[in-house]
Amino acid sequence: MHELPITQNILQIALRHAGDAKRITRINLVIGDLSAVIGDSVQFYWDIISKGTIAEGATLHFERIRACFHCNDCENAFEPDGRKFECPQCGSDQVNLVSGREFQLESIEVE
Amino acid sequence: MAKKVTVVEEILSENDRAALTNRAQLNDAGLFGLNLMASPGAGKTSVIMATIQALGDKLRIGYIDGDLASSIDVDKVAELGVPAVQINTGGLCHLDAFMMQGALPQLSLSELDLLVVENVGNLVCPSGFRLGIHRNVLIASVPEGDDKPYKYPAMYLGVDVMLLNKMDVIEAFDFDMEYFKRGVEILNPGLAFFPVSCKTGEGLDNWLAWVRSEVAAFKEGIVAVYEPR
Repeated sequence: MHELPITQNILQIALRHAGDAKRITRINLVIGDLSAVIGDSVQFYWDIISKGTIAEGATLHFERIRACFHCNDCENAFEPDGRKFECPQCGSDQVNLVSGREFQLESIEVE
Repeated sequence: MAKKVTVVEEILSENDRAALTNRAQLNDAGLFGLNLMASPGAGKTSVIMATIQALGDKLRIGYIDGDLASSIDVDKVAELGVPAVQINTGGLCHLDAFMMQGALPQLSLSELDLLVVENVGNLVCPSGFRLGIHRNVLIASVPEGDDKPYKYPAMYLGVDVMLLNKMDVIEAFDFDMEYFKRGVEILNPGLAFFPVSCKTGEGLDNWLAWVRSEVAAFKEGIVAVYEPR
């Protein structure tokens, strides 16, 4: 249950970047799967807290980024299956997480 | 006419800035802090009480507890003669840097050597919100199972040291230590790891030695660098 403060942050950042725009129509978010944020819940709070601001009614767009590992031995890129992190191609444990922790407001669209 | 404005900002950047302020406040006071995170019932309060009992005559320790409600933990720890501050999050699942800003002035920071922060019991949310505390500590426990690094990777990625508590009951659980350690090592290579039991005292010496060496290093001016995201 932490989508409310997150949604408040999204609104603050969007308003700060809106300049002298009359309306914010869309907010583009990049959210890694490891960020544990539920889009529906953010949308629920958004509809409440954006009321009366220039961002009221803006579309929230979530670009979800899968958690992905890179194998340093065979260069394979893979998504873990949830039971192990070793490379499914060569079995190596020399792997690094390369995506999945993103949590950014990428851009807004204004009128 | 619609126009696109590039932002590219961390959604929690406000919290991160507040965390930086907290870090500066602790550094100015010469106070080293630990942020303890774990699932409910892993033994955070037990580890803290064992730490205070062992080190209370060597270090001046302060305590901040985050819980949804109640002051059970603060009452327990205050009985050990340690200044203790309660944060009730009112249903929120984690502490954040702003809550810390409310709690820090309630302690005489410059009269303490070690600040122990007990985060809300939760393996998901606390990992996302930096507090500005010097070291993030994860307390895993045997009954939770050996698969937690695989199920809650974000928590295991973001910590500086890990304890595995309740080692005294490991025989009763199908806990595959190699499987557990393999997951941890991939997510967080070289993570300092202490298997302990607060019940029997097993392994606590290693943890206590780590705490003392971290406090000493901090006092000598080897200040932990704040990592930007």
